[in-house]
Amino acid sequence: MAHGRIRARIRRSNLYTFACLRPRTTEEGAHSLEGPGFSRTVHCNQPHLHEKKPLHYCKNNISTTKYNVISFLPKALFEQFRRVANIYFLLAACVSASPISPFTPVSMIAPLVFVVGLSMAKEALEDWRRFLQDVKVNRRKVTVHKGDGVFDLKAWQKIRVGDVVKVEKDQFFPADLLLLSSSYDDGICYVETMNLDGETNLKVKRSLEVTLPLDNDDAFKDFTGKIQCEDPNPNLYTFVGNIEYERQVFPIDPTQILLRDSKLRNTDHVYGVVIFTGHDSKVMQNSTKSPSKRSRIEKKMDYIIYLLFTVLILISMISSIGFAIKTKFQTPDWWYLQPKEAEYQYNPNNAALAGMSHLVTALILYGYLIPISLYVSIEVVKVLQARFINKDLQMFDEETGTPANARTSNLNEELGQVDTILSDKTGTLTCNQMDFLKCSIAGTAYGVRSSEVELAAAKQMASDFEEQESDLSNFPMPKNKARGLSENNRMGGEIEMERVVTSKSDENKKPAIKGFNFDDNRIMNCHWLEEANSDVHLMFFRILAVCHTAIPELNEETGRFTYEAESPDEGAFLAAAREFGFEFCKRNQSSIFIRERLSYSGQPVEREYKILNLLDFTSKRKRMSVVVRDEDGNILLMCKGADSIIFDRLSKNGKTYFEATTRHLNEYGESGLRTLALAYRKLEEQEYSAWNNEFQKAKVAVGSDREETLEQLSDVMERELILVGATAVEDKLQKGVPQCIDKLAQAGLKLWVLTGDKMETAINIGFACSLLRQGMTQICITTMNSDSLTNNGKEAIREHILNQITNASRTIKLEKDPHAAFALIIDGKTLTYTLEDDMKHQFLGLAVECASVICCRVSPKQKALVTRLVKEGTGKTTLAIGDGANDVGMIQEADIGVGISGVEGMQAVMASDFSIAQFRFLERLLVVHGHWCYKRIAQMICYFFYKNIAFGLTIFYFEAFTGFSGQSVYDDWYMLLFNVVLTALPVISLGVFEQDVSSEVCLQFPALYQQGPKNLFFDWYRILGWMGNGLYSSLIIFFLNVIIFYDQAFRANGQTADMAAVGTTMFTCIIWAVNLQIALTMNHFTWIQHLFVWGSVTSWYLFLLLYGMISPYYSKNAYQILVEALGPAPLYWIATILVTVTCNLPYLTHISFQRCFSPMDHHILQEIKYYKKDIEDQNMWTRESSKARQETKIGFTARVEAKIRQLKGRLQKKQSSIGALSPS
Amino acid sequence: MPPETSTSSAGGKEGSSGPSSKKNSKKPKYSKFSQQELPAWKPILTPGWVISIFAFTGIIFIPIGLASLYASEKVVELPFQYDQKCIPSEYSNNAEAYIKSTTTNKTCTATFKVEKTMKSPIYVYYQLTNYFQNHRRYVKSKSEDQLRQKSAEEDTDDCKPEARTPDGQPIVPCGLIAWSLFNDTYKIKVKGKHLKISKKNIAWQSDQTKKFGSDVYPKNFQAGGLIGGAKLNESIPLSGQEDLIVWMRTAALSTFRKLYGKIETDLEANEELSLVIENNYNTYSFGGKKTLVLSTATWIGGKNDFLGLAYIFIGGLSLFFAVCFLLMYLFKPR
Repeated sequence: MAHGRIRARIRRSNLYTFACLRPRTTEEGAHSLEGPGFSRTVHCNQPHLHEKKPLHYCKNNISTTKYNVISFLPKALFEQFRRVANIYFLLAACVSASPISPFTPVSMIAPLVFVVGLSMAKEALEDWRRFLQDVKVNRRKVTVHKGDGVFDLKAWQKIRVGDVVKVEKDQFFPADLLLLSSSYDDGICYVETMNLDGETNLKVKRSLEVTLPLDNDDAFKDFTGKIQCEDPNPNLYTFVGNIEYERQVFPIDPTQILLRDSKLRNTDHVYGVVIFTGHDSKVMQNSTKSPSKRSRIEKKMDYIIYLLFTVLILISMISSIGFAIKTKFQTPDWWYLQPKEAEYQYNPNNAALAGMSHLVTALILYGYLIPISLYVSIEVVKVLQARFINKDLQMFDEETGTPANARTSNLNEELGQVDTILSDKTGTLTCNQMDFLKCSIAGTAYGVRSSEVELAAAKQMASDFEEQESDLSNFPMPKNKARGLSENNRMGGEIEMERVVTSKSDENKKPAIKGFNFDDNRIMNCHWLEEANSDVHLMFFRILAVCHTAIPELNEETGRFTYEAESPDEGAFLAAAREFGFEFCKRNQSSIFIRERLSYSGQPVEREYKILNLLDFTSKRKRMSVVVRDEDGNILLMCKGADSIIFDRLSKNGKTYFEATTRHLNEYGESGLRTLALAYRKLEEQEYSAWNNEFQKAKVAVGSDREETLEQLSDVMERELILVGATAVEDKLQKGVPQCIDKLAQAGLKLWVLTGDKMETAINIGFACSLLRQGMTQICITTMNSDSLTNNGKEAIREHILNQITNASRTIKLEKDPHAAFALIIDGKTLTYTLEDDMKHQFLGLAVECASVICCRVSPKQKALVTRLVKEGTGKTTLAIGDGANDVGMIQEADIGVGISGVEGMQAVMASDFSIAQFRFLERLLVVHGHWCYKRIAQMICYFFYKNIAFGLTIFYFEAFTGFSGQSVYDDWYMLLFNVVLTALPVISLGVFEQDVSSEVCLQFPALYQQGPKNLFFDWYRILGWMGNGLYSSLIIFFLNVIIFYDQAFRANGQTADMAAVGTTMFTCIIWAVNLQIALTMNHFTWIQHLFVWGSVTSWYLFLLLYGMISPYYSKNAYQILVEALGPAPLYWIATILVTVTCNLPYLTHISFQRCFSPMDHHILQEIKYYKKDIEDQNMWTRESSKARQETKIGFTARVEAKIRQLKGRLQKKQSSIGALSPS
Repeated sequence: MPPETSTSSAGGKEGSSGPSSKKNSKKPKYSKFSQQELPAWKPILTPGWVISIFAFTGIIFIPIGLASLYASEKVVELPFQYDQKCIPSEYSNNAEAYIKSTTTNKTCTATFKVEKTMKSPIYVYYQLTNYFQNHRRYVKSKSEDQLRQKSAEEDTDDCKPEARTPDGQPIVPCGLIAWSLFNDTYKIKVKGKHLKISKKNIAWQSDQTKKFGSDVYPKNFQAGGLIGGAKLNESIPLSGQEDLIVWMRTAALSTFRKLYGKIETDLEANEELSLVIENNYNTYSFGGKKTLVLSTATWIGGKNDFLGLAYIFIGGLSLFFAVCFLLMYLFKPR
């Protein structure tokens, strides 16, 4: 390590009573590994033996790409032609060469090639990015044994099964390893498995005794061994295998297995043998192929396409039948067609065949109903939208230097429709870093700094105050105005004070010490000696310093101790103890040494505490104790643990500070802090030795009930405690998390927290994020004591849970208060039952009613299951956000997966659809980008169908006037260019640049976001409205033109219009009408939109001009049409104006009417902004903005509102009582 | 964003302030475009705008409508439907036989009165109904190449079934369109004097110069088994056959007019016109009507009341909306 650190070399396994049970090697003997599923053989340190079959296992490089060079073309093509529309166009292109086709082959094939090519290029690009990501992981380096005891760096991908690797501290394991030895004498090491299961506390792994001597590089010169073990499987917590070493066979169990993607912690280095590589490793076996997700809008779009196909088939049928009838009965009379000579497709003698062949013709001809460029336009738009997301500076994290990244662009618009967010906790909401913030000693609360939650709430309260003040002054205050005012002032004063606190702590918020953010002069710098119960203080500090499993490390440069603790809170306690003057400086096998400073000036005194027993922390026990003998010979049991557990174990005379401490604990909980209660007990020598005898006996005993006995014995000891105080540690939230959650809540989103952590932690974080607050009814659903599990059977438990659920649902139904809020808290074990088919709907029904839901101790699989339940049960869009590999399942399962990037593990990001560096960016991602993208895509698709219906139907109408013969009134080139050029760019600019309101307004009015989840812009009402608009436009365009042009001369020179003139005029009208329509649809015109919209119209005339100029060999009847025929004719121009205006008049009337009489949210906001009301009329502005958040039940805004309601209620009560006292 | 607002998470072991240039290498560059902050025009349909847009549309449309109507009113149109009138009474039940027969006398005379003064130029049209010039088989049945240049004489692939004579000679011009060329002729006499019906400049200039070759002469035309419509003078190149050029521009609908010629003298009101019609063209087999139309033209072309009425209707509607919105805004403001 860079800074020389000195660490006591001790056998750490002695520390643990529970966590690191001795493996029962000698008793049990080797596993018998027979039969299928246990075929893997690993020759340790002889990787060359694995180069040939059958022992050739897969390489250690991983690949998450969808395609490779060879499979790209077929696979990507297959993907493209899974879309019905594309198949249709492919078939159309195929028949376009035959005489049946109404168009030239080029005009069918060119757009298809263009469209499919573009989509495939995009796929290729995205896969390429994934490939680069893989390469980065595969090229990570690790130290590998090269032979003769020489170790050298090697890339991960080159590691083979059987290699011996040396992993250094804070590195990831490159593959699944068998732990051989570690830098600790007893071969244990600490592993962080956050990427696998999300648990933050470190796991202890220990090597086999026989391999302990392999603790330096040279020892591997001649090391060989043979491992027989299970085949690759996805179970993270099981492993069965044997190692044959030095002619003896030893069993291996999961404690010796180091899994890929977990991280070595607190241990300098370990040696290990590679067992599973690459895709064989457990973590990779666990990962499923990321499903390709499609957004809701796109799925709905399919239905629209089907609808249009139906229409297409319908009108094709109509025209084929019409054609057959005409051919049969009328064309024989049409001598000018020479019907007797007719080819089969016009043959009146075989009208049926003619009709059939015409059906094909018609299907191709009316193909313009299906917008061929829709998919590709959407893809282009989405890629550009994704680029905007990637480029957004306000989602760029300066600290880690990572921008937001839209990894797939398929789901942009889905971001605007999210209903439920499922969030991981550690690493997502919190930084997993604890700061000692407050404490309560002997019934007195210390610590003046405020937690982030308090700060945020205070800020909110202060800003809300002015607005609330006006409301308050409207209260009926008949006589006692002065009184009311003073009440107001009091409240103001309170807030004033909080404000001072806020600003003060903002200034000196420079926590120089990791894990310590405490400030209170009463007990700092030995001032505690002057406090009333200084002996209690002393005990408090001693418990902090002694009761833990950490090891000190002396940093030689600074001369200070840092601590390597299992969990960050322990580190925070030790840092706090150090700052209070109780520096833990040394640990050896039997003792802890504390440097205690007991006076202001005096030198610290080093005291020794002999550790007699250590009863370590388990999630079941929820407490930890040490039994120590101090220098005076007293035996003390020091205990820290969850308050509920400790309070149950207090002695009668140990409850002196019980009430005060409880109050403080509630306050701390309310401020979102993580609390533990501290207590101790003095033991008599005899009592102790009697107990210890039993305990030691139990410890060495062999048998299945050993653990249970130990627990019972511990339980006996940890009673009759004397309460000393409580600690409050802030689990540091990531920056801006409470604010973000608040905004998301205002946007109407539900937030579920799914965490692998224990319930208390989760609840604390719930408080910290304002997901929970005082006054909220917490519904905890748990299983009964797990002991009864075996006898009563599962049925009873299920019954029990079901009861809880139905009771809770009933309570919610009976609740009258509209402001009442409920929170559901459930743990993993219970979830296993509730996720079963028979109960999950009840559970979901309950969960949906609750304002916030917290699931704790859930496994990665359960996270995915819960996500699926929410997704499928509510049918609404879910978003999962997480940072570790344990979130991968959930991220893949959810409609949208968001990964937190910037931390080391990349699994979550690799599986995600979007990655952001910080949770707080989620707000902008959803409320701004999601909202915009949703509206853009929705409007764009609607418009697309509109324009193609408006255009496509005119072809059909014309058909009806040509005897359904399949003739098109438009030139092939017009039609070719319609989708690809003439109307392509405006709609793309709508999809990329449209903004209903600016990003600031989006953020100020998160409620606007609800337009997405409510799907206001893509419901059938709106879609059909647009289609109706298209139908109307097509009718107007066709019939007005036909009536104007059909027989009369259209210019002063007497010429009548031929087909080319009518077609061109009609087409001009279409171009104008659809472009004016899009201009009316847009709210936001930058120069780009102006250029594209008006440019499209101009480009049509330009095209016409140029097309008319080229040789008539190509332009045919369109030759010189604009210059010679149409341009000089005033009728052409005024007909265009008439048709264009008539087409758009209903839409204009509709939007005018809507805006005037039933405006939507964004209309109002636009107008407020437009009239600059926000500046002129502050009151209205704030009223509007507060209106937007009335509904929320979580977030600190809701918390503040609840508080204000409380105050108001009190005020009212007071007034009424005053009124009653002094009748007028 | 200030660069170092680092939370308390600093203070750790790792030097949190790495080389900032490296860290920010991924930082997106600021531009108004990439941040979606380009200056934009954000029009809002405020009541003021709504009312003015509708009022403006009304105010523009109604005058245009009136002007169009006025122009349309100035057009004098004299239609004369002759398909039944020109069938001798003995053939009235068997018009098809009459028209197909080569022996019957097709000349037919009629008189009619000019109701209003018609200023020259007066356009002579023939109008056919129920004639599907827009039938796909018909529209395709021509060879652009062959019409344009002599060298492409053999290029008759698209012209079936009127591509070649039975002995394999290419037909020029080939195809159904040319083959079915309209062949009624009109002569008009006023006070016993023939009016000259000019056939010059009735086709588009560009068609004459670019699409119909001046070196392409009719060949083998109407020489096949079936005789369709008119025959062509084989000594005049196609570019000079303006009748053919007009006919070859297929009409969009089954009712259509085509320019027959121009009369360059004025016709006074109440003048008696006597027509001499060669009634050759067979529309009887499919029940099509034939009408001779004399019409003047103004800037909007022929008689077209519909356009003016449509303009006035839309303009009126807009004004009506403007008033509605104004009233609603005044009496029931939001």
